[in-house]
Parts: sequence; structure tokens; C-alpha cells
Amino acid sequence: MSDQTLFSIFFSAMVVNNFTLAMFLGLCPFMGVSARVETALRMGLANIFVLVLTSLSAWFLNTFILESVPYLRIISFIIVVASLVQIVEMVVKKISPTLFRQLGIFLPLMTTNCAIFGLAIFQTNRGYGFLQGITFAVGAGLGLTLALVLMASIRESVEFSDVPDIARGTGLVLIIAGTLSMAFMGFAGLL
Amino acid sequence: MRKTTPSHDFIRGIWKENPVLIQMLGLCPALAVTNTVKNALAMSAATFFVICCSSVLISTCKNFIPKEVRISSYILVIATFVTLADMLLQAYAPVQHKALGAFIALIVVNCMILGRQEAFSSKNNVFRSLLDAIGTGIGFTIALVMMGGFREILGVGTFFDIPLFGPNFEPWVIMVLPAGGFLTLGFILLAMGYLEQRKKAKSERATEVSS
Repeated sequence: MSDQTLFSIFFSAMVVNNFTLAMFLGLCPFMGVSARVETALRMGLANIFVLVLTSLSAWFLNTFILESVPYLRIISFIIVVASLVQIVEMVVKKISPTLFRQLGIFLPLMTTNCAIFGLAIFQTNRGYGFLQGITFAVGAGLGLTLALVLMASIRESVEFSDVPDIARGTGLVLIIAGTLSMAFMGFAGLL
Repeated sequence: MRKTTPSHDFIRGIWKENPVLIQMLGLCPALAVTNTVKNALAMSAATFFVICCSSVLISTCKNFIPKEVRISSYILVIATFVTLADMLLQAYAPVQHKALGAFIALIVVNCMILGRQEAFSSKNNVFRSLLDAIGTGIGFTIALVMMGGFREILGVGTFFDIPLFGPNFEPWVIMVLPAGGFLTLGFILLAMGYLEQRKKAKSERATEVSS
């Protein structure tokens, strides 16, 4: 079990080792759904929800089942993530059809989102306990949301500025991401 | 579906439909582990192994996999081979295994691999699926080694651990840090956009002259 304090885990996951900008996890939604602030925010919130559930189930699997068969870790985690996303999709559809429509394709796509799977792997590698895992998940989720919203607001204003033709599209997004990542490096000394 | 020749299946993935540089798939490993050429090569080798094995297995079993659960079955097959690759690397290249860390496990969620299974292996025979997988794997390797080369040369001043510049070279530390990954890929894409634009302008001029 790791002996980091909850606060340092939370803060490290959120800004210092931001999942998207410092560890390159969850880049697909970062490139794909960061065109509008509103969608980015909703995607971020959905991510926090699934991340916390994943952290819970990964902790459960690790503590009670995978102790004796560590080599099944990758396979069992991916099954858990896939079925979890499926269950969340069904529950959301039943309880709030409006939210389900708003999230659209992003919900099922979460299965192949490396942030979700990465969280389970990192949590296990670092030996986080129950509370530490949840704190890590919430921090990572908030960090993802922060990166997504920042990126979306920059892209919304870049849309109206005069950019050379060759830079339109993914190249520009990557360079903006690089600049954001540099800005986040400033937090590195905090912990 | 359009008919293609086997050689086209092979060549397509290498440059024209390069998984990383053109299709923007598998960005997570392409950015995360390319701070040195060695890490980039280890990552490409592991991914190459996984994509070839799963393509062969899936195209062999394509008639037994029910349509409704095909994606989950593909992911399971991929996860099995990733576990294998993880163990092999740990046994034969422990240093690289440690450097890559959790990113080997993350090959499972590399959308490039799942994408090839869904788009190609599930519809074609074993031989052509293997060719397609090898082509895509080579394309992925080229992109990763290119990025690793740029970042290592500028960020450390070495290539494959061989020092390139004199002792007075001041390394650009930013290139080996996460921000450098984004910037390198960004500038590679800008350069490709520029070349594309020039080619287009040239062919337009040529048609003008001929008419």
C-alpha cells in the first residue's frame, strides 16, 4: 500500500501529472470533442463518473481476485471497463434519456479511452488503497475536464483568427496542446 | 468494398494511410514513449507483435465469431497477446520493460489495432490480413522512430545513445518532456501539410500549362 497523503494524490493527478497533458492518456476525446466548450464539459463530467466506477471495481478485483492470478490483470481489467461502460450506458438511458442523447456516441467510445484503462493500471502499479484510489480517480477526472475545457475555449477563439492554411486542423491543435503542456509544467515544483 | 491487390494491402499502411501521421490513431503511445529512439523501437516491436498475431488469429476465426459480440471478442484476443508481449519483454528486455512501464498494458486500448481488425481482418483471408498488419506495423514503427529520432537528437544530443554533437551542445530539455511530444508531432504535421499544399499547387500549374 502506498503511503502518499490523499491531498498529494489528488493534486498530483489533477495538475502536476495531468492525464492528458503530461501522460498523453485520453487523447482521442481531447482531439475529437474539444471543439465546443459545452460538449467538452459534458464529456469531462461523464469521464469523472466512469473513472470513479472503474477505480472502485479495479480495487475490488485487485483485493479479492487478482491476488492469486496476477497475469490475468490486463484481460480482466479490459473486460471490467467494457462491461462497466455498457452498464452505465443502459442505466443512463433508462433514468435520463435527455442526458443519454446529449452524450451520444461518446459514452460507448469510452471503452477504448486509454484514460479509463490507464487509471486502473496505474492505480494497481502504485498500490493505492480504497480511498486513495477514489481520490486518484476524482483528481484524474477533474484534470481531464480541465484540459478539455481549456483546449475547447482556446479552439473556439482560434476559429476566428487568421491562421495559415497549412496549420488548420490537427497540427494547430497539437501545437496548442504543447503550449498548454508547457504551462502545466509550471506546477511541477509544487509537490 | 473496393477490390485491392495484396501488394496494395501491404503498402497502404506504410505511408499513404500511415496510422499515426495520417489517420491519427494510436497517438497515446506515439507521444508518451518516444523520448528516445530505443524506447520508440521497443514500443513498436511490442505493437507489431500484437497486431500481427491478433490479425492472423481473428481472420482465421472470423466465421466462428458471432456478429453481436465481435468487438468484445477482438478486445479479448488483443488483450491476450498484449499480456504475452508484456511477459516476453519482461523476460528478454527488462530495462526497456521498466522504461515503458504501464504503456505496454495500454497497447490494448490502442485504437489502431482494434481498427485494423474491424476494418480488415474480419473480412479478408489470413494471408492478406497478415500483409495488412505488417504494413500497418511498419507504418507505426516509421512514425514512432521518426518522432523518437527528432526528440532524442534535439533533447539529449544523441542518437541511439551515440553522442552526435560536441561537448558544448546545450540540449533542448523541452523536447524529452511531454510538451516536446506534442510540439514534435505538431511540427511534423505542419511540414506534411506544407508538402501536400506544394504538390497540389504544382499539379494545378501543370494542368494550366498543358491547357
